[in-house]
Amino acid sequence: MSAPATLTWFARHEFRLAWRDGLAMMTAGRRTRARTLVIVFTVFAVFMHGMAFAVVSRFAEVTGSDKTMLVVVTGSLLLAFALLLSQAMESVTRVFYARSDLDLLLSSPAAAERIFAVRVGTIALSVMAMAALLAAPFVNVLAVLGGPHWLAAYGALVAIGAAAAAIAAVATTAMFEIIGPKRTRLIAQIVAAVIGAGFVIALQLAAIVSTGTLSRLTLLASEPIVAVAPGVDSALWLPARAVFGDPGALVAMIGASLLLLGASIALVAPRFAGCAVAAAGVAGAATRQNRRSAFRPATPAATLRRKEWTLLRRDPWLMSQTLMQLLYLVPPAFLLWHSFGSGAEVVLVPVLVMAAGQLAGGLAWLAVSGEDAPDLVATAPLGAAEILRAKTEAVLGAIAMVFAPLTIALALASPFYAAVAAVGVPVSAVSAAHIQLCFRAQAKRSHFRRRQTSSRIATFAEAFVSIGWAAAAALAANEMWVAAAFPAVMAVGILAAARYVSPHKG
Amino acid sequence: MLMTPAHPEPPALALEIRDLRKAFGRPAVDGLDLAVRSGEFYTLLGPNGAGKTTTLRMVVGLLRPDSGAISVLGIDALADPVAAKRLMAWISDEPMIYDKLTPFEYLEFVAGLWGIAAADAQARAEDLIGWLGLGPHAHERCEGFSKGMRQKVALAGALVHAPRLIILDEPFTGLDAGSARQVKSVLREHVAAGGTVIMTTHILEVAERMADRIGVIARGRLIAQGTLDELRRQAGHGSSTLEDAFLALVADEAA
Repeated sequence: MSAPATLTWFARHEFRLAWRDGLAMMTAGRRTRARTLVIVFTVFAVFMHGMAFAVVSRFAEVTGSDKTMLVVVTGSLLLAFALLLSQAMESVTRVFYARSDLDLLLSSPAAAERIFAVRVGTIALSVMAMAALLAAPFVNVLAVLGGPHWLAAYGALVAIGAAAAAIAAVATTAMFEIIGPKRTRLIAQIVAAVIGAGFVIALQLAAIVSTGTLSRLTLLASEPIVAVAPGVDSALWLPARAVFGDPGALVAMIGASLLLLGASIALVAPRFAGCAVAAAGVAGAATRQNRRSAFRPATPAATLRRKEWTLLRRDPWLMSQTLMQLLYLVPPAFLLWHSFGSGAEVVLVPVLVMAAGQLAGGLAWLAVSGEDAPDLVATAPLGAAEILRAKTEAVLGAIAMVFAPLTIALALASPFYAAVAAVGVPVSAVSAAHIQLCFRAQAKRSHFRRRQTSSRIATFAEAFVSIGWAAAAALAANEMWVAAAFPAVMAVGILAAARYVSPHKG
Repeated sequence: MLMTPAHPEPPALALEIRDLRKAFGRPAVDGLDLAVRSGEFYTLLGPNGAGKTTTLRMVVGLLRPDSGAISVLGIDALADPVAAKRLMAWISDEPMIYDKLTPFEYLEFVAGLWGIAAADAQARAEDLIGWLGLGPHAHERCEGFSKGMRQKVALAGALVHAPRLIILDEPFTGLDAGSARQVKSVLREHVAAGGTVIMTTHILEVAERMADRIGVIARGRLIAQGTLDELRRQAGHGSSTLEDAFLALVADEAA
């Protein structure tokens, strides 16, 4: 037992909370769930390894002496870094605003910087774990086929995760001090989204210009890039060499990123308390809405839909999400413009389907789990099914408003592609919304921590279902009907699995 | 002014609960019987964890009982919850409002949920906003409101659909004296117009001054009920205040 209010004491406290959250999430409070969960995860892991095999098996024999491969691996690492950075920034912001226990901690005489040091450390750990988990199938396949030196990639990924967490902590805290707490939340969300999306988008735009396709690997492996890149001995390739199993590079990379993480914790932890206190004072100023003179008549269901739309319109989170989705639509739109009439606009079909699923999932979470007054709606003279239906309609209505114009624009180029999108967009949106309904949990203040963890399964399920439908739409748009059936079946399978493990049966 | 519309033949009982049971691991409500007459101001008292809130949440349809019967103004609330909900309003100690809506928009929303005609609802809403002193803030978002303001918005929401039975769980938690008085007078008005109020509270003085009848719940059962005088008599030992009577009754039950 460590002494109270020391670093290790706080770490134990945080670990216990995280462990109980995780346990509760996995088993939904019941022990019998554990076995089915293991089966579901095993099936999923086998599936992911199969996919990884298809993608990376031919790279197993590659070594770090090939400059093209160095470029490709470095580019991929940068992408992973951008993704992890955006995730870490979101987590750091949440530390300021999730007030579940901050009032207790900050009003205690314990040194606040210790708890924040532990929390930044926790964020770093979870980001590193996420990096390792996502890359695991690929690394495992490479290690089996090409030799154990590929396992070094895990070390490189962990280092990248630590660096991302370090930079996120410093950047978010700096933003708090520079632009103030009032706008930081919104801006941090937008910045996190844009960093995540921006890099992918920039690469795609460049790829379109140079080769006319959307694969980032194509651009990274292209002649001009490889030609401008420094020689194989440059320090720039250190991370890539670490991935290829160079022990010196690996040690240097891990050492440097851990040092960076330590320095950033030492720098920001003493400032966190101030930021958290400032964040608490944000909700103060009154926002006046336009004065309306009369109530508008509506049925109860229409009243619910209208309320959802009003709240969505006034939600900053939604603004950032929509912005990100629209950003993702930029490259394909650019492609459409760049090669109008060449048939390349087929790329738009999966992008639209994917974006619809992601946006619908976010909106559904807001409408269902994010209901501010669940008891009010539950005591209204409406059936539970009626309430869920009205809310789902509100989500799909919003999706239609965003995607109908885009689909119509696509129809000008190709009515067939537009028709495929017109089927795929609602299917993907309904699937994602359904997953959110299955995992709905009232997002009350007291359930905050639980919500964060329980929505993670939903988030992954939603992403894979959207990917499945997007792939099916892409293949269907190419009239490969039989092939399209596979990702469609996968999407339905994940949907069924999500339903099975979910606390509600939709 | 704030009238509950007159109903031709109101059922004699606004709420009738028979042998209600609910267990969360251990029994929270354990064979509770309760009858509240129409037009009555009824207060439920009980120690923490006695099952008051659980009982009322089952009445308004937020919890499903394990067994028992609930009848609201003659309607079987378990068989036809939607019909029962149409006649009721529920107010919890945590105001059920939306930060991003203004009070005006909130009242429009609640009235819409209960299917009240827009013109009628608006007339009532304007009365309520004026009466509860919400006028200057009627078109501001609720996010910056104090606890008292939020509770008054929630109360206006509960009244805007003219419920015949209002059920409140600790409505005075965190209210200042001025807001508490406004809420009390709105509730009295509701009873004067023939409506029914059922309320839990820890503030014995409120129960003493406002309630027609008081019920005492302990360990998930109704252990005593009646007017203040009747409770005093039942408690015996020369209990002079409700506090004395309440503590004596609860202590007897625990013994």
